[in-house]
Amino acid sequence: MKELRLMKGNEAVAEGAIRAGADGYFGYPITPQSEVMEYLMAEQPEKRTGMVVLQAESEVAAINMVYGAASTGKKVMTSSSSPGMSLMQEGISYLAGAELPCLLLNVARGGPGLGTIQPSQADYFQSVKGGGHGDYNLIVLAPSSVQEMFDFAFLGFDLAFKYRNPVLMLSDGLIGQMMEKVELCEQLPRTTHFDRSWTLTGKPDGQERNIVTSLDLDASMQEIHNLHLQEKYRQCKEAEVRYELFDTEDADYLFVAYGSSARICQKAIKIGRSEGIKIGLLRPITLWPFPAKPLAELASRMKGILSVEQSAGQMVEDVRLSVGSGVHIEHYGRMGGMIPTPEQVLENLKKLLIAK
Amino acid sequence: MTEEIIIAGFGGQGVLSMGKILAYSAIMQNQEVSWFPSYGPEMRGGTANVTVILSDERISSPILHVYDTAILLNQQSLDKFEDSVKPGGVLLYDKNGLIRMPERTDIHIYRVDAADASAKMESTKAFNMIVMGGYLKIKPIVQIENVYKGLEKSIPARYSHLLELNKKAIAIGQEIVTKER
Amino acid sequence: MDIKDIIKPENLVYQKTSLMTDKPLSYCPGCGHGTAHRILMEVIEEMGIQSETIGVAPVGCSVLAYDFMNVDMVGASHGRAPAVATGIKRCWPEKFVYTYQGDGDLAAIGTAETIHAANRGENITIIFINNGIYGMTGGQMAPTTLPGMKTSTSPYGRDLKSMGNPLKMTELLAQLPGTCYVTRQSVHSPRNVRRAKKAIRAAFESQKENKGLSLVEIVSNCNSGWKMEPVASNEWMVDNMFPFYPLGDIKVDGKLVNNQ
Repeated sequence: MKELRLMKGNEAVAEGAIRAGADGYFGYPITPQSEVMEYLMAEQPEKRTGMVVLQAESEVAAINMVYGAASTGKKVMTSSSSPGMSLMQEGISYLAGAELPCLLLNVARGGPGLGTIQPSQADYFQSVKGGGHGDYNLIVLAPSSVQEMFDFAFLGFDLAFKYRNPVLMLSDGLIGQMMEKVELCEQLPRTTHFDRSWTLTGKPDGQERNIVTSLDLDASMQEIHNLHLQEKYRQCKEAEVRYELFDTEDADYLFVAYGSSARICQKAIKIGRSEGIKIGLLRPITLWPFPAKPLAELASRMKGILSVEQSAGQMVEDVRLSVGSGVHIEHYGRMGGMIPTPEQVLENLKKLLIAK
Repeated sequence: MTEEIIIAGFGGQGVLSMGKILAYSAIMQNQEVSWFPSYGPEMRGGTANVTVILSDERISSPILHVYDTAILLNQQSLDKFEDSVKPGGVLLYDKNGLIRMPERTDIHIYRVDAADASAKMESTKAFNMIVMGGYLKIKPIVQIENVYKGLEKSIPARYSHLLELNKKAIAIGQEIVTKER
Repeated sequence: MDIKDIIKPENLVYQKTSLMTDKPLSYCPGCGHGTAHRILMEVIEEMGIQSETIGVAPVGCSVLAYDFMNVDMVGASHGRAPAVATGIKRCWPEKFVYTYQGDGDLAAIGTAETIHAANRGENITIIFINNGIYGMTGGQMAPTTLPGMKTSTSPYGRDLKSMGNPLKMTELLAQLPGTCYVTRQSVHSPRNVRRAKKAIRAAFESQKENKGLSLVEIVSNCNSGWKMEPVASNEWMVDNMFPFYPLGDIKVDGKLVNNQ
C-alpha cells in the first residue's frame, strides 16, 4: 500500500534524505528551514539507518563538515536559508573545485541582508551563476511541491554522485513551510561510495594515497582542471535538462516560472483561460542546466512571454538569452518576501504583454 | 470539488492545527490538500493564519487572495479577511471579543460561539474543534470519521486522552453554529 | 669496515619513514615544519595505522602538507580544518583523523571551528604549529604574535592597546571538558623532538580510546618571517616565545595539570 503522509516541505526533504540512504546531515538553524534539522533530530536516523545528524556552530562549519565527509565518499547534505547560503558560498566553491558530491538545500527568504523570513526567489543568480568564486556550476533543482521536496532528495544525490558535483535544491519559504500530501517510497540501503579512485578512506597498503583538494599552484595545471570541469558541465547540460509544460499546446502567451511561482502561475492560467486568454507555462525543474532549447522552441509560437519570479527579475535574463530577440519578453515579480497572487500575475500579463 | 479556506485568529487558538486536521481528513478520503501557514515571529503571540485547500484535482497555487470560506476568530482577522470571501462564499466567526461584526451582505455569515462553549467545557483546548464542528455542519466536505482519523494523526500519543474531548467538541460545534444571514 | 659493509641493511641505524614522500619539502631551511611532519608520520607508522588515517591540511605554510605526508588527505579552506575533520570523523568513527594547522589558521580565522570541535569533544587530533606569525603570506602579525614583536603588519612592534593581546589558544582549549589531552612542545633540539613525538603518540592513543579531542601545540620558529638565521631564530624562540608559551603538558587524561 502507498505510504501517504501530510508533511511540510522541510520535513519531506529530511525524510527523503533518510530514505535516499544519506550518511550525514550537518546544519545550522535559520528560518524558514529549521524544520529540516528538527525533523532529523526527532527521527533519530542514527537508529533507523545509521545516518549522522549534527548541529554545527555556524553555516561555515556546516558546509565544511559536508566537505570533509563528502571527501570520504559519504552521501551528505546541508540546508539553510538565504543569509546562511551566502556564508556557505566559499565552501561550495571548494566542493565544486574538488569535485565532491553533496546535496545542498536553500529554503530561500527575502533579502538583501537579513531581509525577511518570508518566501523569495531572489537567490537565483547566486544559485545558477556561481555564487562563490571561480568558474563552476551547481546542478540546481527547483522543487515546486512538497512531493518534489521528497523526491529531489533522491534525484539530487543521484546527480551529485553521477557528476561528482554539488547539487542545490533551490526552494523557498512557501514550499518549505507548506504541507501537502506526500507519497513516500521505500527506504534505500545506506551504502558508502567506496571508489578508491578519489575517496579518502585511508591509504591501503600497496596503493597510492588519495588527495582531495581544489588547490594547484601551477596555473597551467589549474587551467587543465578547469577545462575538465567545463567539459563535465557541458555533458551535464546535454543530459540533465528537466522541465514541465502546462497548457502550452494552444497557448498564445507563456509564463516561465519555477518553484512556488510556478504554482501561482497555474492558477493564473486557469483564471486567464476562463476569460478566454490562452496561457501556458514552462516550469524549469533544473534551473541549471536551464531548459533553453525547449523554451526557444515554444517561444516562436508565442505572442509574448512573462517570466514570473519573486525577485526583481533574475531568471528573465536566462529567458532572454534562451529566446533571443523577436519575442516580447517581460518580467513580473514581487520582492522582499511578498508573494504575488494569481490575480496579480494575470493582471500583469494583460498589462505588460497584451495591452502593449 | 475544490474548497479554498482561510482560518485566522490568535496564535494559541489552534488555528494551524485545525487546518492540519482538516487537511489530514481530506487525505484520508483521497483528496489533494495544501496547507500554508503564516510563520515566524508574527505567530508568537500575534495573529496566525493558514490557507487550506482541499480538492479532487491537483492543487495549483497554495496562496490565494479570495476564499470560498473564511473562518475568522479575532477582530484583526475579521478586519483583514472579510473582504477576501468570494461573493456567495461563507464567513464563519466567533463573536467573542469582537467590537465590529461582519458587515457583508453578499456572503453567507455563520456564527459559532466557540470561546463561550469551550469555557463551559472548562477546556480552552477544545476551542478549535468546536469551530471545526461548526464548519463541518455548514460544509460537510469531509466525513466525520475521517476527521477523527485526522485527529488521531495530529494529536501526539501523550495527549491521546484528549481525543474524546475533541470529538465531543466537534459535536458541540455542530450543535451551536447558527446562520446569521 | 669499508663502505660496502656500512650500507648493509643490518647496519642501518636510521631511515626516513616511508610515510614521508620523496618530494623535497617546500619549507624554508631551518623551519620546524619538516621535523613536525616527520615525527607525526613516524607515530602513524609505528602505530601501524596508515591505512586507517585521514589527515586534513590547512591553509598556510603547510597547505601542501599532503604532498609530503603519505596518507589520505584533504585540503581544507582557511581555518575550517576542525570542521572538515568533524565531518570525516562523524561518518568514520573508527578511522584516525587529524588536522595539521598553523596559528593563523587555528587561532584567528578558525577560532570558532577549533573551539566548537573541542567543546563537542570531537575525537580527533590537532597538531598546532605556533610560530607567532603568518609565514606563507610573508610575515604578517598573527593572533599569537608576541607583545612588541615586529611583523610586516606591525612594523613598529605589536601594540597591545590597538592590536590586542597574543591568544593562548592551547590554555583556552584545555579548559573545555571536550578536550582530553592538551600539551605544548617544541622541535628545536633532539631532546624536544623526542618529547614532541611522545606527545603526538599520546594524542593518537587518546584518539584510539575515544577520549575526546587531543591537541599538540608545537612552538616553532619562522626564521624567514622573523628575519633571522635559523640558529638565531631558535635562540630567540627559547628566550622570547617559551616564557610566553611555556612547554609541557597542560591537560592529561581529561585533567588539568596542577600548575595550570
